[in-house]
Amino acid sequence: MSIIVKKVAQLLSGLIFMYGIYIITHGHLTPGGGFAGGALLAGSMILLVLAFGSDVMGLKKRETGSSIIENSAILAFLVFAAVAMLIGTSIFFHNFLPRGNLGELISAGVIPLYNIFVGIEVGAALFTIFLALVIYKEEVLK
Amino acid sequence: MILYLLCFLLFLIGLYGVVTRRNVIKIVIGLVFMEFSVFLLLVLIGYVEEGHAPIVDEAMVSGPFVDPLPQAMVLTAIVIGLAANAMLLAIAIRLYKKYGTFDIRKINELKG
Amino acid sequence: MEAILTIILIFMILGAIYSLHAKDLLSALVSMGIVGYGLVICFLLLKAPDLAIVQILVETITLVIMVSVVLDSTRYELKEKPAIRHEGEPFINSRYVGNIFIGVLVALVLLYTYQFAIEDLTRFGEHVMRMSGTYLEDPANQTGSANMVTGVLFDYRGYDTLGEATILVTAVVGVLTVLRLKGKK
Repeated sequence: MSIIVKKVAQLLSGLIFMYGIYIITHGHLTPGGGFAGGALLAGSMILLVLAFGSDVMGLKKRETGSSIIENSAILAFLVFAAVAMLIGTSIFFHNFLPRGNLGELISAGVIPLYNIFVGIEVGAALFTIFLALVIYKEEVLK
Repeated sequence: MILYLLCFLLFLIGLYGVVTRRNVIKIVIGLVFMEFSVFLLLVLIGYVEEGHAPIVDEAMVSGPFVDPLPQAMVLTAIVIGLAANAMLLAIAIRLYKKYGTFDIRKINELKG
Repeated sequence: MEAILTIILIFMILGAIYSLHAKDLLSALVSMGIVGYGLVICFLLLKAPDLAIVQILVETITLVIMVSVVLDSTRYELKEKPAIRHEGEPFINSRYVGNIFIGVLVALVLLYTYQFAIEDLTRFGEHVMRMSGTYLEDPANQTGSANMVTGVLFDYRGYDTLGEATILVTAVVGVLTVLRLKGKK
């Protein structure tokens, strides 16, 4: 890729990453939530990989890193849902943390934590699918 | 009512693409059109005239809300559609590596 | 509102019809983009901002992956005749007309029976919220979040979100299994 594309991709991908984190954490106040923010995180990393080629982030020939992140995020989601069953009432998805005032950043119990875990999981899953289908298929098509 | 009929017409076009096309990529495109028509129909049903977007904040005067339940269902369904498309494309890459073509009649004739 | 949505839907249908008949596979993918981004405009007009964000990102990622799959292979659809034609026959023979006639007949029959199915639905814009009536009695104080869609997704309907996350993990495992190399020697 030419030098203009590489410089613009470098400058923009950091801003898109920050915007994705903003949409994930403000999921209970503004439109967005876990799924939209997760897709934005995947989008910023896909932009970097497309502009520079597959040897920019030290990608080895296996997708182990993003798979580990995705699986641990969904495991943390399940642990939080199971803890709600052991503490207090015996309902699986109960909202057990204290709810603050409406409209503040720290409010609504466990919903911001659920948003963060689902966002990380969706972002890592989309990035793994992209790597397996676009970058690493040359080994299959040899 | 004409909006619902146009959604069903888009579904029929996707079904036509799955049944009659010979190229594997065209079959995947037809399946994507069928998914899009179902998403649009679900969100169309839940719309209220002069309704607000389903968010509660201070700058909002009172009025009816648009139904949030079909929107939550379609939000999940969009991501599931992407997962199904990724699986189909992985199978298409494998088919091309083994037979050298995307034509489904040729795939039927050659031996493995 | 109905007029604008009807115009956008007609554009999407025309784009879909062209996309299935294109000779070049890249043209077919660009026409699929017409349908996807038209759907984003429809979601914005129907007051659903979360859906618009997710649909525009998922559509872009799908287009990037499909373009990469197409560019590594044959680009043109195979130019073979769909049926066995002898020399000197006109283009519009009885078989071609018969196919079109059966297609239009099946489409008309299905549209007619579909009209019986949507008779019981209310008109567009007058929605009787029977199912979500209990969800809309003061959701901001019951769940604690100001965004009603997030409250429905994570508090009232938490199992659906868990199922969707499971489907994503299964899809990733499936893709990595199908594209696996033949094991190490």
